[in-house]
Amino acid sequence: MLNNITMGQYYPVDSPVHRLDPRVKLILTIAFIVAVFLVHTIWGYLLIAGFVYAVSRLARLPLKMLIRGLRPLRMILLLTFLLNLFFTAGDTVLLSFWVIRITREALRQAVFYSLRLVFLVLGTSILTLTTSPVALSDALEILLSPLKKIHFPAHELAMMMTIALRFIPTLLDETDKIMKAQMARGADFESGNLISRAKSMIPLLVPLFVSAFRRAGDLAMAMESRCYHGGEGRTRFRVLKLTRQDALACGCMALLIGLIVLEGILLR
Amino acid sequence: MDQQTRIQADQVSYTYEEAAAPALSKASVTIREGEFVAVLGHNGSGKSTLAKLLNALYVPTEGKILVCGFDTAQDSHVWEIRRRAGMIFQNPDNQIVATIVKEDVAFGLENLGVPTEEMIPRVESALAAVHMSRFADSAPHMLSGGQKQRVAVAGILAMEPSVLIADEATAMLDPSGRREVLDTVRALNRQKGITVVWITHFMEEAAEADRILVISDGQIVSEGTPREVFPHVDRMRELHLDVPRMTALAADLRREGMPIREDVLTVEEMVKEVERLCPLKSAT
Amino acid sequence: MSIEVRHLTHTYGEGSALSTVALNDISFTIQEGEFVGIVGHTGSGKSTLVQHLNGLLKPTSGQVLVDGEDLNGEKVNRRVLRQRIGLVFQYPEYQLFEETVAKDIAFGPKNQGLSTAKIDARVHHAMESVHLDYQKYAEKSPFELSGGQMRRVAIAGVLAMAPKVLILDEPTAGLDPRGRDRILSMLEELRDREHTTILMVSHSMEDMARLATRLLVIAEGKLVADDTPRAVFARPDLLTRIGLDVPEAAKLCAALRGKGYDLPPDLYRMEEVRNALLALWKGADPC
Repeated sequence: MLNNITMGQYYPVDSPVHRLDPRVKLILTIAFIVAVFLVHTIWGYLLIAGFVYAVSRLARLPLKMLIRGLRPLRMILLLTFLLNLFFTAGDTVLLSFWVIRITREALRQAVFYSLRLVFLVLGTSILTLTTSPVALSDALEILLSPLKKIHFPAHELAMMMTIALRFIPTLLDETDKIMKAQMARGADFESGNLISRAKSMIPLLVPLFVSAFRRAGDLAMAMESRCYHGGEGRTRFRVLKLTRQDALACGCMALLIGLIVLEGILLR
Repeated sequence: MDQQTRIQADQVSYTYEEAAAPALSKASVTIREGEFVAVLGHNGSGKSTLAKLLNALYVPTEGKILVCGFDTAQDSHVWEIRRRAGMIFQNPDNQIVATIVKEDVAFGLENLGVPTEEMIPRVESALAAVHMSRFADSAPHMLSGGQKQRVAVAGILAMEPSVLIADEATAMLDPSGRREVLDTVRALNRQKGITVVWITHFMEEAAEADRILVISDGQIVSEGTPREVFPHVDRMRELHLDVPRMTALAADLRREGMPIREDVLTVEEMVKEVERLCPLKSAT
Repeated sequence: MSIEVRHLTHTYGEGSALSTVALNDISFTIQEGEFVGIVGHTGSGKSTLVQHLNGLLKPTSGQVLVDGEDLNGEKVNRRVLRQRIGLVFQYPEYQLFEETVAKDIAFGPKNQGLSTAKIDARVHHAMESVHLDYQKYAEKSPFELSGGQMRRVAIAGVLAMAPKVLILDEPTAGLDPRGRDRILSMLEELRDREHTTILMVSHSMEDMARLATRLLVIAEGKLVADDTPRAVFARPDLLTRIGLDVPEAAKLCAALRGKGYDLPPDLYRMEEVRNALLALWKGADPC
């Protein structure tokens, strides 16, 4: 089964975090990313970790689910860690054998860079887990709409995103089905060298493309018959209204950034 | 066209680009308010073309179609027509736009520019009418085929249409899903007086309609109530269409000389006929 | 060629909180030449079962034996065993991918490593079996065909691997009466002429009444009946309880028996019912 992707998958429960205005969440996520980049001490990371933990509790997200979102990144994480560990210059040697020399600075950088990556993913995962993709694209559309004046297709972009998200599970199921069907005809997707493996994907990719085009045609017709005619004159089912909670959330984020800056100055 | 006529097609033909023969030729249909009309035909007979013409997705190459009084050939009427004559399609997966059920139901209303305060109750009552309120916050891909089609019906219903066109809406469903969607639409037809055009190749669905139009090779070849249409068993078979099993059985029995009614549709009716013709001996 | 299923259990997402038992301790044996119908409500586990029969899914516990060999045994060549059991999925036309019909049908035999001459012969034969004229269709793109024709190309693609057993998951789903009748008569021919063992999953009891020599009824992952169609359809209450239909002929028969008519309890084919009614009428007719 191919449904082990948590990034971009909404986790539908009711929580204060879920109820926040998606525009606010989007901006706060960007602020959070900035905050992560501002951190230079282990205390800062502890602060960030505490924050992520608190938010995920508040959002009623199972920790397991959050951590599972990291799994696709494990190779990149490992690589980041090792590259930084081996190739960062430093003075205090901790370990040295053969050509390998690990310094205190390198270890520190390796840990910090990896943590930064982890928190970036966790932060954005919390956004996508607590915000329905439609709300997210609504938020994007509104935040980007000032750019419409310079003919930036904000509505179209948001609609494309919604549709893409809607069809990801459908196409994943379909991939699984076609793969099995071709395996039943003796196809082999696993062995062979790179070229023969790429070639063996054709029986999977062609039907998948054909089906995606067919679906796109059907969907376009269904949307038209439901009076879709672009963004003009469209109202919204989800109205975005800023509430006290949103202000509170902004306050919390400001506090976090403040604390990080402060400890950066004090403890560095 | 009087007040009660919902759809009027007059000598309508449609030819696809680069096609040699028309997909629909000289079809004339009148459908009145509150009717449940089944359009029966095999694949490629032109029945889906008819559906798309009724929704102004296609414009007739010849002839004229009025939907709720609006001419489908006029560009300015397109949205008025689609709002009043909503359409559901065959593939349940390919007509749901949003990632959450209630947001999908609202899609049409958003397009129409309905104010938000008004949208919420309309979405709620549309979902209630198709018995899907429980799934308002679910993701569409977690639903069964029948449930997805009911969500599609709710999406149309929210627009408060007077006509619902179903283009083979049950073709990809299992028997219970088919039942569930047909029952839902049948109830909307009876309770809310929504006119239904039900395009299908399942005779058992057509048997429940008020009126059947049989389409073959782009032409309307037969029209009438199920009781009028189905007894022509041989003719229907020539058109590669099924007839209700009991109607076929009645035809077989008549061929053997049994004077049974030819318009038997259901098991219950067949039982009555058997009781009439072969009464149980009172002694037993 | 026999398939033996022994105490087959399959659990999806085993060990996780969301684990569901899709198949629960299922056992049966299928002999050569049988036409077995597998019926059950959507989600009953039919499709899971079918995927076990050619090794696409592995049992959580239990075994699937093909000619006595465990399909999931360590020393077994799964690809060779799999070739003997052709599996046609639901809506198989969605797996077509080649430029021409002939090339698509050749995909399976090519994977079997056959010679060009042999592949050609297989393609010819498979197209004949599904009633597609070689001259007319071999060089056409499969995507130009009608839905029913595409489905027959897909079935030919499986037949070309010359399986001893053919398993079809709802082969008539979504087809109109003409397309359905073509597929069913094609299967009838395969059974009668080539003696192919056939397993067919279907929701249509009418199709089952027409074709099957044996029915496996599955409900909630369990095998609740394994018998001839005559015996199964004589128990309409069982089928109705698990949300399945009964052939109209059996329904009529049951209704008339309920009224006190003396009819055999196990009629399920329309011809049988017709003859019984004619006999009844002639008996009632004083002339």
